[in-house]
Amino acid sequence: MKAEEVLSIIDRHQDQGDGLISVLEEIQSKYSYLPPEALKLVAERTGRSPVDVYGVATFYKSFSLKPRGKHLCSVCMGTACHVRGASAVAQEFTRQLGVKPGETTPDREFSLETVNCLGACALGPVAVVDGHYFSNVRSSRVKQIITDTRAGLDDAERRADLRDFILNVSCSRCNRSLMDPDHPIDGSPSIRVTAAFERTHGWLRLSALYGSFTVESEYPIRTDVLVDFFCPHCHTELQGASHCPLCSAPMVSMIVRAGGIVQICSRRGCRGHILDLNGSGF
Amino acid sequence: MISLTINGLPVSVEEGTTLLEAAQFLGFPIPTLCHMEGLSPYGACRLCVVQLGDGPKARLVSSCTYPAQEGLKVRTASARVVRARKMILELLLASCPQSKIIQDLASAHQVSQQRFRQEHEDCILCGLCVRMCEEQMMAKAIGFRNRGERRSIGTPFDIKSEQCRLCGGCIYVCPACQLRCTYTEPDKAICGGCANLSPPCVEKEQFDDMMCYMNPCVACEIEKD
Repeated sequence: MKAEEVLSIIDRHQDQGDGLISVLEEIQSKYSYLPPEALKLVAERTGRSPVDVYGVATFYKSFSLKPRGKHLCSVCMGTACHVRGASAVAQEFTRQLGVKPGETTPDREFSLETVNCLGACALGPVAVVDGHYFSNVRSSRVKQIITDTRAGLDDAERRADLRDFILNVSCSRCNRSLMDPDHPIDGSPSIRVTAAFERTHGWLRLSALYGSFTVESEYPIRTDVLVDFFCPHCHTELQGASHCPLCSAPMVSMIVRAGGIVQICSRRGCRGHILDLNGSGF
Repeated sequence: MISLTINGLPVSVEEGTTLLEAAQFLGFPIPTLCHMEGLSPYGACRLCVVQLGDGPKARLVSSCTYPAQEGLKVRTASARVVRARKMILELLLASCPQSKIIQDLASAHQVSQQRFRQEHEDCILCGLCVRMCEEQMMAKAIGFRNRGERRSIGTPFDIKSEQCRLCGGCIYVCPACQLRCTYTEPDKAICGGCANLSPPCVEKEQFDDMMCYMNPCVACEIEKD
């Protein structure tokens, strides 16, 4: 622990008045626990009595006065989770990690704790590891969760995120690619079409990232305006067969190179879209 | 001035007066444990309960923390209040039977037995010592720590506090450790015990006239090994 670091945290919260809990939270997130010297510094700097700071630090369960591990596993023991077998899950965590709830593994990697309710009762039994929620946890899944945590949960989640793929689309008439590698949006080639609306027409570039709604346009398009989309190569209108499920405007269809079609709503600002990778809805 | 009635008697008090002070002004006795003049009211022991209003909407409040309000109807010794007080005394006896003060209060309310699991706590968490340290001694060396059943009073990290001047104010006001009956631990006797005898009542049978109100005396009961 460095005194300057703690002092700078305290000073950052000075203008918030009674920011004791925020200060302690920030110190805790930095060192993963509240070092005694830090509590003393907080008391001195904020002009409080050490006993006040200590009282707050011991009152809240989220504060720890003992060093905690790099990863924090919280197993919910609330009523809903309990009746669905949370105690077995907690036992399995205890068995896998070799520590009881409230303890930290000797290698300072994992801390195990049981909490009373995480407010996600419908998903129970719930376990939270480093802020990642795991629902319907069975004891058989515990080992996998721990392995994933060791490998890095953020990566695992990104890999599992289905939204994170790029659609490679082409015109449904001339089958030429609509992708524009020279003008990337969201770090990948954009989809370039010609857009016509209210007597103007110009280029329109869409993000090819499925789930991203980033749009760039030659001319600004007002929200709720219906736009006609044309292929920049054969100038055919990219007209879809159906209507938007959200706002019932006409849909714009494009062929997905991998097989299937994607339809997007032609109304500016509407997020209605249909992705049909089997192509059966064509 | 605020007008209210206490046990049917009208009384006018200044704004900010508590019900306890108003009742004491009229001479109605209200037992207190965590209340002390010169310290801020805390409402921890609940012994000073009084009843507000009447009929089905009547409710119990702690008089030491309740400010007088216009038109309040207060009863200090209704059947409900007495029942609640007796229950509180039983609970206090269950946690801290060795306290002379609690024993005296129990005796005064004809409580001679308690129905709960007997414990021998050192502290009833009344907060008198914390307020004494902060408000009269201006030290703030001790305070509450943890919460729920792990709540306790003491210094941070249980080490000697730099703020503490060893004034002894906390021990002086403590209802649990003051005049403690130390029959079970005669070696640590400092106070004179429940019979105010010195040495304390080591052999209970000899002191039939001792001032212990418990029947049987749970404080003096030696724990069976």
